Amino acid sequence: MNENAIDATAIDPMGISSSATSVAAAYCLQLGDDALIYAQRLGEWISRAPQIEEDMALGNVGLDLLGQARVLLTRAGELDGTGRSEDDLAYLRDEREFHNVHLVEQERSDFGFEMARMLWFSAYQCELYAALATSSDETIAGVAAKAVKEVDYHRDHASQWVLRLGDGTSASHARMQESLERVAPHVAELFEDDSVSVAAAEAGVGTLPSSLWDSAFGHVSRVVAQATLTLPAGSTWHSRGGRNGIHSRPMGYLLAEMQHIARSHPGATW
Amino acid sequence: MSTPALKGNSPERSWPLWEVFVRGKRGLSHVHVGSLHAPDAEMALRNGRDVYTRRQEGVSLWVVRSTDITASSPDERDSFFDPAADKVYRHPTFYDVPEDIEYL
Repeated sequence: MNENAIDATAIDPMGISSSATSVAAAYCLQLGDDALIYAQRLGEWISRAPQIEEDMALGNVGLDLLGQARVLLTRAGELDGTGRSEDDLAYLRDEREFHNVHLVEQERSDFGFEMARMLWFSAYQCELYAALATSSDETIAGVAAKAVKEVDYHRDHASQWVLRLGDGTSASHARMQESLERVAPHVAELFEDDSVSVAAAEAGVGTLPSSLWDSAFGHVSRVVAQATLTLPAGSTWHSRGGRNGIHSRPMGYLLAEMQHIARSHPGATW
Repeated sequence: MSTPALKGNSPERSWPLWEVFVRGKRGLSHVHVGSLHAPDAEMALRNGRDVYTRRQEGVSLWVVRSTDITASSPDERDSFFDPAADKVYRHPTFYDVPEDIEYL
């Protein structure tokens, strides 16, 4: 047992070794999983949004995220030495092998909840990709430079709706406020310094999630205040474990739906 | 007895209609591409972006409330448009264009 092997268990329970390459692989994987799982959730809105125009808007956001996930997962498969393709990683991993945060796997609820979730997630992604544009990994830097414009639009879309629903009727205000409170327990996990992000930041590949908090929180709190809403003071509990593959109940159902075609018909192509 | 949902005088539940104009590139005019629903002008612009510029169709967008457009009526078509039919001298076809002039 050399020192690296011992480090590896600390960094990733899946047993990936701790060289710079595999740190980058694990980092790409968890960023890619966030994008992939949220894309899957947003896809559920097609035909269920308040208007067909909003079907399109949420579908577009989902497709942007799917595009980011494809690049990041492909890169993860290249770097981790297993040679897995983006499809292998998306469709053939089990729940415990996904490293996304709990926020993105939560069930689709009402439109207000989706806008509250998108506001937080896109505020986080805006700061994340802005920081990653200088990543030492060219693929990460590339996807970040392109994605920063995409997520800027997602953040704008969510902000516009939170403003309208919060500062709308008394019914929309109450439901938007309730949505902020339902999302709140899942926010802290996004900004927690997990071991992979810490190692990736040290290697110059990634950035510390905690370093993104001030700007992301600043944006969300400005929108919330302008929308005449109140950010929940603090939650009695916080989700955690997503980065280590520990997920909440909705995740298994999401994967079943996302993966069943690929698993029922192995190797099928269009 | 009608059901409550079908009673008259209920406020219009759906969003107002907007006409969308896209400019394909600098120097071209905005061209009408279609319409959509949106609660207000800002959201109409964003919906227009999502619905009509997904494939890089444009560099600029206009949205106009459909009710703000005054349109000519089909009934007036004859008096509006037919008188132009026999006035060929309004077309610039009576000039000889010198050969070495481009873009004319």
